[in-house]
Amino acid sequence: MSEDKPTQRVDEPAQSPEPAPSGDATASGAARSSRPDEHDRSDNHAGDKAKSPGETTQDVSNESVTAARVDQLMPSDATELEVVDVRQGMFGIHGSGDTSGYGGLTRPVVLRSPSTRPYGGWFDEVADRFETVLHEHGTGEAIEKVVVDRGEITFFIRRPHIRTVAQLLRDDAALRFEVCSGVSGVHYPHETGRELHALYHLLSMTHNRRIRLEVAVPDADPHLPSVVGVYPTADWHERETYDFFGLVFDDHPALTRIEMPDDWPGHPQRKDYPLGGIPVEYKGATIAPPDQRRSYT
Amino acid sequence: MGLEEKLPSGVLLSTVEGLAGYFRKASFWPATFGLACCAIEMMTFGAPRYDSARFGMEVFRPSPRQADLMIVAGRVSNKMAPVLRQIYDQMTGPKYVLAMGVCASSGGMFNNYAIVQGVDHVVPVDMYLPGCPPRPEMLIDAILKLHAQVQAEKLGSNRAAEIATDERSALEATPTSQMRGLLR
Repeated sequence: MSEDKPTQRVDEPAQSPEPAPSGDATASGAARSSRPDEHDRSDNHAGDKAKSPGETTQDVSNESVTAARVDQLMPSDATELEVVDVRQGMFGIHGSGDTSGYGGLTRPVVLRSPSTRPYGGWFDEVADRFETVLHEHGTGEAIEKVVVDRGEITFFIRRPHIRTVAQLLRDDAALRFEVCSGVSGVHYPHETGRELHALYHLLSMTHNRRIRLEVAVPDADPHLPSVVGVYPTADWHERETYDFFGLVFDDHPALTRIEMPDDWPGHPQRKDYPLGGIPVEYKGATIAPPDQRRSYT
Repeated sequence: MGLEEKLPSGVLLSTVEGLAGYFRKASFWPATFGLACCAIEMMTFGAPRYDSARFGMEVFRPSPRQADLMIVAGRVSNKMAPVLRQIYDQMTGPKYVLAMGVCASSGGMFNNYAIVQGVDHVVPVDMYLPGCPPRPEMLIDAILKLHAQVQAEKLGSNRAAEIATDERSALEATPTSQMRGLLR
């Protein structure tokens, strides 16, 4: 194991921003003691041993939404989660009989809430330097929150600052994130006022570090500054994100559709975009397209 | 010594149609048109193991102007459809289209907004090849069946009459939605 691997996460209750309610704490304690890799945990704290990638554990102290059921579903550990949505059944279809038994399926959509220091490993080093640089530049408020999850660090950046932030991350000698390996989008229809997210995956070849930047914008005003001036490679990625999610990157040299035909209406990767398709005809039957079929809820 | 010695007086009688069909089927020039995973099988078909040189079609032409067979190997997106049609239009006649795999034939598993539900919406298809993706053996079978079709193709006014007959029978055929029977 290399020494600069981050300690994966905060899993001491004391380090969680808000102490979990006692009921949940008991539940997490029970879940924890049943974990087969219990003995590995102390090593992780020592910081000299990284967790395996699949070993992602979460806790739920947000008791607002079906806490009991969510608690069953999420292996508990670590800090609190934001439950943005709880999905029932399959495929989002409602209103007809359940013939499959999948109607009872309940799945929470959870997002990790902000992490607190220490983030572990080189995360703190990068975060410290990042904040220092931002303050020197007079944009100390650029970072909205920092989330460490699954061994990866994500900086949520406030919309107006993303281009400046990218410039600083690229040019500072201690940070040196020279490569933007992709710009992608996510649609969270339930996050009112911040439905559309743009994600930037940055790589520092100098230091062999990867971080992620995330910018949330409202659906009503999906504008954000383009980073093409800093990372020319983001050109086509931003076009794709615009094409599929409708995020408008201001000051992009040529923000046009890249995957869909030029005259295509709508942005197909949004959650509310219909899947489309035609009915398929067989001898004696016609099968509707997938999102119009008989409901399995 | 050879076959010609067995021929009466060394003369073999045939029709112009038969001869033209024989020459056409033995000399396909496929256009390079791989779109998805079916293209990998198509490339294997052209490689030594399956050896499409046995059928006189080992050279895939990058220029549609030198090709007379388009193997549509993969799903065709709505954006690709005009490109496909343009390549078809640029090919010299007589030309043939082979829809390779379920995606090219009917949209396959991609029944959604992005994919053309069968390449026959865009170009006339001479041979449909099912499979996801079809093995090279299946492509060989489809090619041989296409060979038989090309061999039997008529010329001139006979060809025009044949097209008219095909058109009429296609219009009179029962649509699948009105067929009754097992689900297939």
